Amino acid sequence: MSSLANIDAGASARPVRHKRVLPGFGLTMGVTLSYVCVIVLLPVIALVLKGAEIGPERFWAIVTAPRTFAALRLTLSAAAMATVFNALYGLLMAWVLVRCEFPGKRIVDALMDIPFALPTAVAGLALSALFAGNGWYGAILEPMGIKVVYTIWGVALAMSFTSIPFVVRTVQPVLEDLDPQYEQAAATLGASSFTIFRKVVFPAILPAFMTGVTLSFARSLGEFGAVVFIAGNLPMQTEIASLLAVIRLEEYDYNGASAIALVLLAIALVLLGVSNLLQARALRYKGATA
Amino acid sequence: MSTTGTSAPGALAPRPRRGVERALIGLALVLTAGFVLVPLLYIFARAFGAGWGAFAHNVLDPGTLHAIGLTALVAVIVVPVNMAFGIAAAWAIARFRFPGRKALLTLIEIPFSISPIIAGICYLLLYGRNGLVGPWLMALDLKVLFALPGIVLVTLFVTAPFVMREVLPLMQAQGSEQEEAAVTLGASGWQIFRRVTLPNIRWALLYGAVLCGARAVGEFGAVSVVSGMIRGQTMTLPLQIELLFNDLNIVGAFAAAAVLTLLALVVLVLKAAMEARRR
Amino acid sequence: MKHRIVAAALALGLAFPAMASAQDKILNVSYDISRELFQQINPAFAKAWKEQTGRDVSVDQSHAGSSKQARAILEGLPADVVTFNQVTDIDVLANGGLVDKTWREAFPNNASPYYSLPSFLVRKGNPKAIKDWDDLVRADVKVIFPNPKTSGNARYTYLAAYAYALEKYGHDDAKAQDFVKKLFANVPVFETGGRAATTTFAEKDIGDVLVTFEAETGGISALYADKGFERVTPSISVLAEFPVAVVSENAKKAKSEEVSKAYLNFLYAPEGQRILARNYYRVNDPAVKAEFADRFPEVKLVTVEDEFGGWDKLNKTHFAEGGILDKLFANQ
Repeated sequence: MSSLANIDAGASARPVRHKRVLPGFGLTMGVTLSYVCVIVLLPVIALVLKGAEIGPERFWAIVTAPRTFAALRLTLSAAAMATVFNALYGLLMAWVLVRCEFPGKRIVDALMDIPFALPTAVAGLALSALFAGNGWYGAILEPMGIKVVYTIWGVALAMSFTSIPFVVRTVQPVLEDLDPQYEQAAATLGASSFTIFRKVVFPAILPAFMTGVTLSFARSLGEFGAVVFIAGNLPMQTEIASLLAVIRLEEYDYNGASAIALVLLAIALVLLGVSNLLQARALRYKGATA
Repeated sequence: MSTTGTSAPGALAPRPRRGVERALIGLALVLTAGFVLVPLLYIFARAFGAGWGAFAHNVLDPGTLHAIGLTALVAVIVVPVNMAFGIAAAWAIARFRFPGRKALLTLIEIPFSISPIIAGICYLLLYGRNGLVGPWLMALDLKVLFALPGIVLVTLFVTAPFVMREVLPLMQAQGSEQEEAAVTLGASGWQIFRRVTLPNIRWALLYGAVLCGARAVGEFGAVSVVSGMIRGQTMTLPLQIELLFNDLNIVGAFAAAAVLTLLALVVLVLKAAMEARRR
Repeated sequence: MKHRIVAAALALGLAFPAMASAQDKILNVSYDISRELFQQINPAFAKAWKEQTGRDVSVDQSHAGSSKQARAILEGLPADVVTFNQVTDIDVLANGGLVDKTWREAFPNNASPYYSLPSFLVRKGNPKAIKDWDDLVRADVKVIFPNPKTSGNARYTYLAAYAYALEKYGHDDAKAQDFVKKLFANVPVFETGGRAATTTFAEKDIGDVLVTFEAETGGISALYADKGFERVTPSISVLAEFPVAVVSENAKKAKSEEVSKAYLNFLYAPEGQRILARNYYRVNDPAVKAEFADRFPEVKLVTVEDEFGGWDKLNKTHFAEGGILDKLFANQ
C-alpha cells in the first residue's frame, strides 16, 4: 500500500498539461464516471436518502441511544488502541526492515503483507481460536487472569492485526530515502540517540507516519470480518458499531441500521479528508528536501 | 511497547550500539512471530491436525467445492472489470486536467475507507425489495440480491480503487511525453495504448490486479449482507468458513481457511516478484 | 493456467445451476439450528418424491436466525418454503404479501408439523447443580442463549423464563420482569442465532448452561459425547411450535407450488416424523411418539395462547419496538 502516499505525489510534482493532444478523454472519462456512479455513488446515495427519510429528531434519538453510543465508543476506543499499537509496532518494523540486517529479513518483510492478503474472516477464525480459553495463547493467558476473546482487547487485537501493514508500508519508503549521513553527522556532533531520533529522523518521517496512522485507524473502524469472530456480541460491552448496524437490519430496524451506517460513513469521509490533507503535506515536505 | 520510541535511535548510532540494535531486532522478530506467523501456522495445524485424509475430505465436500468455484468466478469477473476501470480512471485523471478531478479521486477512494458492512447496507437499500430500484428490478424479475449479481456488485464496490491506486501514480510519474510523441507520429489511440502505455504500466497493473483479486476472494462483510447464505449456491469461501464453524465442523472451517491462506501466500510471492520487476 | 482456472470456475459456478434447472428445485429457508435435521430430511424427501412422481428434486437450504431469514425473504431471498420456529416470522411474510394470510390453515395442526421447548444443557457432572429456571438467575451462573431480538429460539427462552416467574410469583408481572432482567444480566454473549450460541458454549467453553431448543440439547450432547454435556429439562417450559408455509408469491413465480406442498406434507408423514423424533423434536404421530418416548421427559408446557393471550397480544406488549423485551434487554 506504499503507493497510497504517492497518488497525489505525481499530481502536484508534475502538473498535468493543459493541451489535450492525447486521445481517449471522452472514452475513459465516460467509463470512469459511469462506473463510479453505478458502483460507488448510487449505493451511497441510497443510504443518504434513507437517512434523510428518518428525520433529524429520530436520527438523533437513534444515534444517542445508550446502546448505539456504547457501540460507537467501543469501536472508536478499540480502533484507537489498535492504532497506538500499530503505530509503535509499525515504526519498529519499518525501522528494523530498513536500517538493520539480519537473516530472514526478506521473509519478515513479506510477512508484513499477510494481513492484506489473508481474508479477514480467516484471520478472525485463527485469532479467536488461538486466544480462546482452550487455544494456544488463551491456555497461557487465561490462568493469568487475562481474557482476550469477548473483551475489548479481542476487538482491538483483531483490528490491529488487519491493519498492520499501513504504518510499516507508509514509513518504510520514506525511511529508505532518508540518508543515514544526517544521523551520523548529528551523532558525531554529540547528539544523544534520543535527540537524533526526535530532531532528525522523526520530523522527516512524521507526515508519512501520520498518514499511515490515519489509514490504520480508518481501517480499524471499518473492520468487520475479523472482529465478529472474536468480539462476542454483548450489547453495551463488546458490540462494534458495524455489527450493531447489521443486528438492526436483522431486527427489521432499517432506520436504526441506516442511521448507524451514516455515522460511520461520515467518520470515514472525515478520515479520508484528513489522510488526503496529510498526503498533500507530506509532498510539500518531500518537495522541500528533494 | 513504550521502549520503542526511546530506544529506536540506538540503532542508528555508530557501531558500539550493537546491543540496542540487537534488542530491537529481537523485539521485532518476537512480535512478528507471535502476532503474524503463529496465527498462520495455527490455521494449518488445525486444518491438517486430523490428518491429510480429513483435510481432503473437507475440501472436497460439495458445499466447500462449490464455494471455491463461486469465489473463483467472482474474482474472475471482478478483476478484469476493475482492471479496465483502473486503466480508464488512471488515464483520465493522469493525462487530462478537468474540473472536479480531486473530487473524482476522493469518490473512487470511498470504498477503501468505509466499512464493507456499510457497503452491503448501501446495496441492500438500493436493490432490496423496498429499495430505490428494487421494486423495478422485481417487476422485471431480475435477481440482484441473494444471487451472483449482488455478490459481484458489492465485490466490485469494495475493490474499485485497487487497480487505479497502483496505476495512477506510475502514469503520473512517467509523464506523457512518449504517448504525445506517438500521437505526432500518427498512431491511433488503441495503438498508443497497446504499444506505449500498456508496456509501461504492465507491472503496476498486474500488481493492482493481484491486490484486487486477493481482496475479492477474501471479502466477507459486504458479501455476508447480500448473500442470503444459500448452501451450495451463494456461499463464497469466506462465508463458508463461518458456516462450517457454525455447523460445528471445526476441522472443515480450518480446512477452508487453509485453502484461503495458501492463496494468500501465493499472492505474497507474486507480489514480491512483481515488486522486484517494478523497481 | 489462467484458462484452466476460468474453466474450473465456470464449470463449478455455472454448471451447477444449469444442471439443477433440469429438475424440480426448491429453496427451504429455515432457522439456525435445523442444519442437521434438513440434511436428513431432504434426501429422504427426494427419494419419496422420485418414487411418487418419477421426478428428481433438489432442496437447497439456508439457515440463520429466523427473524433475520424473514427479513431476507422480504428483501428478495427466493424461498419456496419456510420452516421457521415462530409464528410471528411467517406473519411478517404474510403481511408483506409473500405468504397467504390463511397459511395456518394450509397444513394440519396449525401448520406446525413438530414442536419443541426451551431446555438446558449443562457441563459434565452438572457442577453448578442447575435444575430449573431459578438456578439461572443465581449470581454464580453464566447462561448462554442467543439474542432475543434476532432469534426465535431466544424469544422462547425469554417466554419460558417469564412464564416460570409468573407461576412462581403468583402472576405478578413486575416480579416476572425483574426475574427476566436478572436472567439477561447473567448472559455474557448474545449471538444472533441459536447455533452460534451453541458454538460459544460447546467449542469456546463459555458459560455454565446453554438454553436452547430441546432438539439442539439432544443433538449436541450426542455430538459432543466426549465432553459429557448433560441435558436438564426444567419444570416448566413453553411449547414452541415450528410453523411451516409455502412462500406462495415465490413458488408461483418458480412454478414450484406442487413440490413445495409435497415437501411440507412430508414432514407430517410417518417417515418425516421419525426423522424429526430421531433429531429430538417432539412430534404428534402416535406411533412415532411411542417409539421415541424415552427421549422426551415429561414437562409442563404452557402455550403462547394460554399464558400470553396469543401471538398478536404478545407481539404488541412484549416484542414490538419499545415493548417489554426492549425495556428488559436494553437496560442491561
